[in-house]
Amino acid sequence: MPTGRIEATQPADASGESGWEHFPHGADIGVRGWGPSPARAFEQAALALTRIVTAAEVRPEAEVAVACEAPDLDLLLVEWLNAVVFEMAVRRMLFGRFAVTVEGEGGSGGVRLSGRLWGEPVDIARHAPAVEPKGATCTALRVAREPGGRWTAACVVDV
Amino acid sequence: MDPARLTKLDEVTWRIEPTGAMRVPAILYADEALIRDMDDKVAEQASNVATLPGIVGASYVMPDAHWGYGFPIGGVAAFDPEQGGVVSAGGVGFDISCGVRTMTTGLARAEVERVKDALADSLARAIPAGVGSEGAITLDAAAMDAMLAGGARWAVEQGWGEAADLERIEEGGCAAEARPDFVSARAKERQRREMGTLGSGNHYLEIQAVEEVFDPAAARAFGLAPGEVVVTIHCGSRGLGHQIGTEFLKEMVVAAEAAGLVLPDRELACAPIASEVGRRYLGAMRAATNCALANREILGHFARRVLRHFFPQVEVRLLFDVSHNTCKVETHQVEGRPRTLFVHRKGATRAFGPGHPSLPAALRAVGQPVLIGGSMGTGSYVLVGAPESEARSFASACHGAGRAMSRHAATRQWSGRQIVDELAARGVLVRSPSMRGVAEEAPGAYKDVGAVVLAAERAGLARRVARLGPVICIKG
Repeated sequence: MPTGRIEATQPADASGESGWEHFPHGADIGVRGWGPSPARAFEQAALALTRIVTAAEVRPEAEVAVACEAPDLDLLLVEWLNAVVFEMAVRRMLFGRFAVTVEGEGGSGGVRLSGRLWGEPVDIARHAPAVEPKGATCTALRVAREPGGRWTAACVVDV
Repeated sequence: MDPARLTKLDEVTWRIEPTGAMRVPAILYADEALIRDMDDKVAEQASNVATLPGIVGASYVMPDAHWGYGFPIGGVAAFDPEQGGVVSAGGVGFDISCGVRTMTTGLARAEVERVKDALADSLARAIPAGVGSEGAITLDAAAMDAMLAGGARWAVEQGWGEAADLERIEEGGCAAEARPDFVSARAKERQRREMGTLGSGNHYLEIQAVEEVFDPAAARAFGLAPGEVVVTIHCGSRGLGHQIGTEFLKEMVVAAEAAGLVLPDRELACAPIASEVGRRYLGAMRAATNCALANREILGHFARRVLRHFFPQVEVRLLFDVSHNTCKVETHQVEGRPRTLFVHRKGATRAFGPGHPSLPAALRAVGQPVLIGGSMGTGSYVLVGAPESEARSFASACHGAGRAMSRHAATRQWSGRQIVDELAARGVLVRSPSMRGVAEEAPGAYKDVGAVVLAAERAGLARRVARLGPVICIKG
């Protein structure tokens, strides 16, 4: 797993059970989320995606629903992050809270994701948005259960 | 990268011998210092590209190469459809047809200095830049398809550009055989309000001054005079290109597996040129190319309008517009005979030498302008395609400086305000909605663009014509 140096880390809860981090990739940025299940890890990876754009608070003023599917969990992560990128782009919004459910075992049935995103329109003065994510990639793509039981979900995002 | 891993052919040419599944060697053009600075992943990715079906000659690496997606950024590879050759979404990249245009103004730097602050503010207002910025143009479904089919020609027809620009754009400003009907509804939705926007990251609009001329004859032919001011724009196909890249990458991963293609890296996903997926990608990619060409034409028009407000007599002429994330059908001499090849350039610039029939008459004797963006503090270069580039790299050269450190490392080292103040003290005005964005693009975060273009020149890819220094920089 070509992680490189960890560049920003944010445990999402006091227990440290869930969280996210960025890792470097040339001109772009890697995102990694972790949590007790694939769904929680996916939520944290999406938060890491938002944190590429802004470090400021993102208020949960509006809710957007997305759904996607893929042959396996790895490709589902790419689909999920690309769905968030799409909603950010067409709605000109940022999202700071995510709720994900993942169903399916992979294989011939594939895996499906339902996600809810809470956020607000980009406020250029308050969010001071930096770089725009173009799309999630298959580079450094890995969704896996670690030996301690924790799930991680990571890939590089092209910016 | 340790140079000892490579076979040194001369001071700026290195070779990775074909081993394992590699069908051809990999050839890297760079001096030893640049090779040492390159990530090991560049060699690995160039070697992986060399395994793809139908590759011709070699998998080439430009002096500014760095770790990319499947292909290295700064990678060039040509595929022969008659030999089972493939087209790869990763080999073109997410920002399809991202590129650079430079326009001459004939204005002396002193004239611009007198109005510099007001000009910077006006440009910042006229050029929507950064995340969340709103363009003034919204396309309905019919206009979207017309834009995707017509490229910069469409922009000119709409009044956002000048007809004389078109011959100074690759393919006359319009990629043939574009298929708007192969572009998904989601990609079109993402682009609906993005025409005439600059984007963010390393995209910029700069007012620059010609600070050094290396080749006076070529500079004259290009309209570049020492001390005169030019406008340079770097951007691409915005959300539409990103969405097409994303969708076809996914589709090609599945298609490659179904076709039994064993890929060393999923990101190398590709499809035979002659396949149904391959044809659909090419049609959609050419539509995205037209989107990028139209977008740069519109941004050029906005910049012209601002300059004419300050200088009513100014003649803003397009020197050239060239893309560096492309797959183009070109005829190249291979072992003494012409072959039609699909040339992928991922973070690499086409660099046709003198006499190439596709060049406009005014440039044909000199060669194609090769526009190299540096960082906002250090400047950019105009090169000209070298006669040897055809044999060296299917007529390709570098595209920029390449990053020396990650975005996060840059923000730890500098603040955006500090960069803006330091550059202002040196006479360079930066306008950006995002100070974090400025910090991420700090001049020190990039490699020495001078070393990159010198290596390109020594390798016979392209010759230096002029160096451009930044005066005003509009960043996303």
